[in-house]
Amino acid sequence: MINFPPGLILLFGAFLLPFIRGRGRDALVLILPLLTLAAIWMVPDGASVSAQFLDYTLTPVRATPVGRLFATVFAIMAFAGGLYALRQARVMEMVAAFAYAGSAIGVTFAGDLITLFVFWELMSVGSTVVLWSAGTRGAYRASMRYLMVHLMGGVLLMFGIIGHIGATGSVAFEPMQADSLANWLILIGFLINAGAPPLSAWVADAYPEASPSGAVFLSAFTTKTAVFALLVAFPGTWVLIPVGLYMAFYGIIYALLENDMRRVLAYSIVNQVGFMVIGIGIGTELALNGAAAHAFAHIIYKGLLLMSAGSVLYQTGERRLSHLGGLFRTMPVTAFLGIIGALAISAFPFTSGFVSKSMVTSSAAEQHMTLVWLLMQAAAAGVFLHAGIKFPWFVFFQKDSGLRPAEPPANMRIAMWVFAFFCIALGVYPAPLYNLLPFPVDYAPYTAGHLVASFQLLLFAGLAFFVMLPLMKRTLTITLDFDWFYRHFGALVGSEMMVRASQARRRSAVAAQLSAQRFFVGLDRYHGPTSKFASTWPTGSMVLWVAILLGAYLVFGFL
Amino acid sequence: MNEQHWLVRPGTVRILWIVFAVVLILTVIPDFFIEKHASFPIENIFGFYAWFGFLTCVGMVLFAKGMSLLVKRKDTYYDD
Repeated sequence: MINFPPGLILLFGAFLLPFIRGRGRDALVLILPLLTLAAIWMVPDGASVSAQFLDYTLTPVRATPVGRLFATVFAIMAFAGGLYALRQARVMEMVAAFAYAGSAIGVTFAGDLITLFVFWELMSVGSTVVLWSAGTRGAYRASMRYLMVHLMGGVLLMFGIIGHIGATGSVAFEPMQADSLANWLILIGFLINAGAPPLSAWVADAYPEASPSGAVFLSAFTTKTAVFALLVAFPGTWVLIPVGLYMAFYGIIYALLENDMRRVLAYSIVNQVGFMVIGIGIGTELALNGAAAHAFAHIIYKGLLLMSAGSVLYQTGERRLSHLGGLFRTMPVTAFLGIIGALAISAFPFTSGFVSKSMVTSSAAEQHMTLVWLLMQAAAAGVFLHAGIKFPWFVFFQKDSGLRPAEPPANMRIAMWVFAFFCIALGVYPAPLYNLLPFPVDYAPYTAGHLVASFQLLLFAGLAFFVMLPLMKRTLTITLDFDWFYRHFGALVGSEMMVRASQARRRSAVAAQLSAQRFFVGLDRYHGPTSKFASTWPTGSMVLWVAILLGAYLVFGFL
Repeated sequence: MNEQHWLVRPGTVRILWIVFAVVLILTVIPDFFIEKHASFPIENIFGFYAWFGFLTCVGMVLFAKGMSLLVKRKDTYYDD
C-alpha cells in the first residue's frame, strides 16, 4: 500500500543521482521512473492520505482516473527521457528533470489547492534548472525570462487560491466556475502554464535553448500539467474554446515563419495544447476524454519529435533549418523515427494522434458547433503543414547541406524506438489508452468516412506545402511576439529610466554638493581659523576682566 | 559524394510527384460511393476535405507571409 504521493519517489530519488557513478547511476535513472509508475498504480482509489496544515485538512494523495492517466504518461516520459539523456546530459540536468517530473506527478495526485500549489512551484524551479543546465549564456538568459513568467503565473495562482479559500472555506481541488475574481485568477494561473495568449511566447522562447535532452523533458510536463489542472477545475468553461482556437492557429502561423527546428516544434506544442484546451472548453464527456487522450498521445509523439531534433542538434551542433537539409543520407534511423513522430502529431491514420484528436473534433460536431469544427479542421490540416512536413522536410531532405553526421548514440536511438513504437501501437490498438480515460468510451475512430476524410485533408495539405514551397524558403529571421514587450520594449523603458534616473542623480548630487559647500563656508566663517570664535583672546583683556571681577567683589564686600 | 543520392535525382523526384498525384486522386474517388455520416451539410460537397484542407493551408501560408512583413526581424535582433 502506498500512502505517500508517488511523485516523491522521483522527486527525492533524483537527489541520490549525484552520489552514484557509472552503471549504478544509469540503473537508478531507469529504475526510478519505473518504481514511480508502479507506485502510481498501487495508490488506492480516492483520497487516501490527509494531513493538517494551519486550519486546513490537506489531501496530498487522491487518486482519480484522469490524474492517474497523466501520472502514467509522465512516468513513461521520465523513463524514456532518462534513457535518452543517460550518457549525454549533465548530472545537474538529470536531477532537475527528475525532480521536475516528480513534482508534475505530485500535481496529478493533489486533492487540494495547497498541495497543488506547492508541487506547481517546485515544477517552476525544476524546469528552470533544466534550462540552466544547457550551460550557455542564451539558455541562462532564457531561463530567467522563463522563470519570470512562471513566478508571475504562480503569484496569480496563489492570489486566486487564497481568495477561493477565503470565499468558500474549502481547499478542495475540484470543478469550479469562472464566476469570481479569485476563480478567474486560478484559471489565468493555469492558462499561463498552458501557453495561452498573450504570454504564449514563453514556450518557444525557452524550450529551444535547453540541451538536446532538456528540451525533451521540458516539452512534456509544464503545459500538460496545466491541461490536467484545467481539465479537473474548469471543464465546460466556454472561454477556453476561443483561447484554444487562438493557440492552435498561433502555433501554426509562428511555426511556419520559424527557422529554428526546435522552435518550430515548441510552437507546435502550443498548437496541440490548443486542441486540448478547446476540448476542455466544450466539456462534454467525449470532449474531455479527447483532451485527456490527446495529452497522453501528445507527450509521446512530441517527445519523439524533440528527440529526433535533439539527435540532429547533438550530432551537428546546428539548429537552423536554413543550414540543415539532406541528413537522411547518414541519419536514416533518426529521419525515419522523426517522420513517425511527425505523422502522429498530424493525426495520420494508424498513429496515436488519429485516435485522440478526432475525439475532440467529433465532440464539436456532436454539439453542432459549426464554426469551431471548421476551424479545428483547418487547424488539423495546418498541423501537417507546419510540423508534419515542415520539420522532416527541412531537416532531413530539402537540399544537401553537405553535413554528414552519424546516427546518435545507442541509448538515444533506443529511446526514440520506444516512443515510435508507442505512437504506432496506440494508433493501431487504442483500447489500452481508451481504458485509461476518465469516462466510458463509446467512440470508434476507424470508420471508412473518417479515414477518407483524414487522408484527403492531410494529403491535400501536403500538396499545399509543396505548391507553396517557394514562399516557405527559410531565412535567417525570427518573428516578433509578445515577448518583445519584456525583451525589447522593457529594455527600452529600462534604459530610458536609467538615463532619466542618472540625470536626476546628477542634479541631486550637484544640489547636495552646493548645500554642503554652503554649510562648510558658513562653518569656516564662524568657526574657521580666522573666525571670531577661533581667534585667541589677548592676555590683557583677561587681566582686565579679572580686575573688574575682583573690584566688583570688593564693592559688594563693603556694602 | 559526386554521385547524387538516388532519392534526389530528377527522375526519382518526377516519379514521386506522379505517385503523389495518383494517391491524391485515389483519396477523392471514394467520395463517389462512400456512405458519409455527415454532421454538417458542408461535408456532403464533393471532395470537401480535399479542397478545404488545400485552401485553408494556402490561406495560412499567405497569412503568415503577410504577417512576416510586419513582425519579421533578423535572428540577431535580441542579441546584445
